[in-house]
Amino acid sequence: MSSHPEIIIEAGKSERHYWRDVWRYRELFYFLAWRDILVRYKQTAIGLAWALVRPLFTIIVFTLIFGRLARLPSEGAPYAALVLVGMIPWQFFASAVNEASLSLANKENIITKVYFPRIIIPISSIIVNLAELAIGLAMLATLLAWQRVPVTLNLLFLPLILLLTLLLTFGCAVWVAALSARFRDFRQMVPFLLQMGLYISPIAYSAAIVPEAWRSWYALNPFTGIIEGLRWSVFANTLTPPIQGLAISLGFAAVTAVSGIAYFRSIEKRFAELL
Amino acid sequence: MSYAILAESVGKSFTLHHLSNRPADSLRETLAGSLSVLGRRIRRSWRPKTDNTEEFWALKDVSFQIHPGERIGLLGRNGAGKSTLLKILSRTLEPSTGRIRIRGRIASLLEVGTGFHPELTGRENIYFNGAMLGMSKSEIDSRFDEIVDFAEVEQFLDTPIKHYSSGMYVRLGFAVAAHIDPEILIVDEVLAVGDVQFQKKCIGKMNEIGNDGRTLLFVSHNMNSIMQLTTRALLLDNGHIISDGESEKVVAQYLRPSERVSFIATKVAWLTSVGFRWLSENTPPGFNQPLTFELYLTTTRRCARLVLTISYYNSIGARVLTSKAEIRELNPASHEFNLVIRDHNLSPGTYTLRLDMWASYEHLFENENICVIDLFASDNDHNLVRDISRRARDTTGCFRLIEVTNKIT
Repeated sequence: MSSHPEIIIEAGKSERHYWRDVWRYRELFYFLAWRDILVRYKQTAIGLAWALVRPLFTIIVFTLIFGRLARLPSEGAPYAALVLVGMIPWQFFASAVNEASLSLANKENIITKVYFPRIIIPISSIIVNLAELAIGLAMLATLLAWQRVPVTLNLLFLPLILLLTLLLTFGCAVWVAALSARFRDFRQMVPFLLQMGLYISPIAYSAAIVPEAWRSWYALNPFTGIIEGLRWSVFANTLTPPIQGLAISLGFAAVTAVSGIAYFRSIEKRFAELL
Repeated sequence: MSYAILAESVGKSFTLHHLSNRPADSLRETLAGSLSVLGRRIRRSWRPKTDNTEEFWALKDVSFQIHPGERIGLLGRNGAGKSTLLKILSRTLEPSTGRIRIRGRIASLLEVGTGFHPELTGRENIYFNGAMLGMSKSEIDSRFDEIVDFAEVEQFLDTPIKHYSSGMYVRLGFAVAAHIDPEILIVDEVLAVGDVQFQKKCIGKMNEIGNDGRTLLFVSHNMNSIMQLTTRALLLDNGHIISDGESEKVVAQYLRPSERVSFIATKVAWLTSVGFRWLSENTPPGFNQPLTFELYLTTTRRCARLVLTISYYNSIGARVLTSKAEIRELNPASHEFNLVIRDHNLSPGTYTLRLDMWASYEHLFENENICVIDLFASDNDHNLVRDISRRARDTTGCFRLIEVTNKIT
């Protein structure tokens, strides 16, 4: 017959052609993300400008409180830029993970009616947030130019560290999506955990203010490495990149991504019953 | 042997949890559950707890083979397992046992407009829905005009579909699905919606799919569409396939058990029991097939000259036919009659029947609708009008002469 392979549906067996199916449905990534973006900004008065307004005000508030009132050190960088560099990966991670946790439940009507590899759903929640990540980077470029912050060759590492952020986000999003489908509790837990994460990661402040004694514990947070790494690449504030922190992040990201896919696929076939 | 779908002893069980033992859907219960398992393991004092869960098999040992190009109807009462089977075939549910092999691109239309978003326009939804059903963007591009044409929504393409009428919504949903160009199409009762014209169009489209040598699996409670669209049918009951064969035979078998005897209250004391039943199995599909009924009467006295009439009302409540019989004499006893009405000329459709009886002008009971009958069309109906040009005078079938008056000369 056609190029279409024989499909074998068997009890307890995972899909044989899973990744080929993911490839076959690759346009669905784009369509799901595109739909979510359309729906998110349709009927809002300022539309996509919301993607600009939200981080902007967060930065202003953080800069005022932590930079001006608390007078925390910024290692020579403008405080607003310091905060923005922390906000960019965090905002991306937090929205993607939060949306991933709700993504399966929100698409219940689709999941119970048509087949496609379900992993497309949490991944497309990540893709949606790539648009906002790009807007954040544009804001950063504007801010750096405006504040005349000199850039160095370190900036070449920025894309690599962003890729690491992407991997970490992917791993966590897939885990959280599967867990939220399996256990309702996670839908409550995720926003709470993300709120905690905002404070225990060096977003509104520099990791330099963390006491020496706590450092080794603090570095276990995968976001410490990522944010410190980004600041190193943008501001060149330290001589060497935070190798140790980045290694921890990479290890963490790799483990969550691999185990996340495994867990997701192990319960994927039951989604139609679980939701 | 070639096949499009091959199912080998497919089963699906659901676990019913009774209140005291709900599934561990909340984290606490799972944690508590695993902790107590751990505790038991440590103490080595495992005792089987009273099992509060019950297994329910929605499908059991279902095997069938569908050849490429076959048009198959799937019948069964609510809860027979049809939806479960469709969901397994469309891969949204995993079977508990067995195996299914599917050859060819499969599209299932379990619901029209799956994934439609009310805020998005018709155009946007076509692309999104198409992608979800497995079409690539270029495929949708090339069929876009056809889809819009079929759905008859050109003017509203850029209107959010929340402003669509339900008919437009359904048309759009069906149009997208019908243009996926699948080798195997699974359709679940979507024809129940939309106006008559659109239903015709859908049936036409599905026929086209069938004639193209593609495989169709069609689920409906409408026996007429099953008979029109399919050549073979599977009858599911309680999760088992109890019949597999020609659509006409399977439909007849499906309908049989529902024709129970209806009993009527009478206005006179001497007539203690009146029962009436349509013998649907004696009425094969096709125009003007004889109707057979059974009548049960129990009388306590001798009576003469009973007159009975059966009136037929069509779906809009108009009486279209009345049939009459006379029973000369009845002894006090229980009686059972066979009633046959030939040449009734009723066209295929659903009719509500009314039964009346008189004994010497005394009306014995009133019964507005004693039973509902479904008459089906058959492929052979066209024999009735074949070679009509050669028939001059004919009282059989639906043949009547037309009076022609030339108004100009």
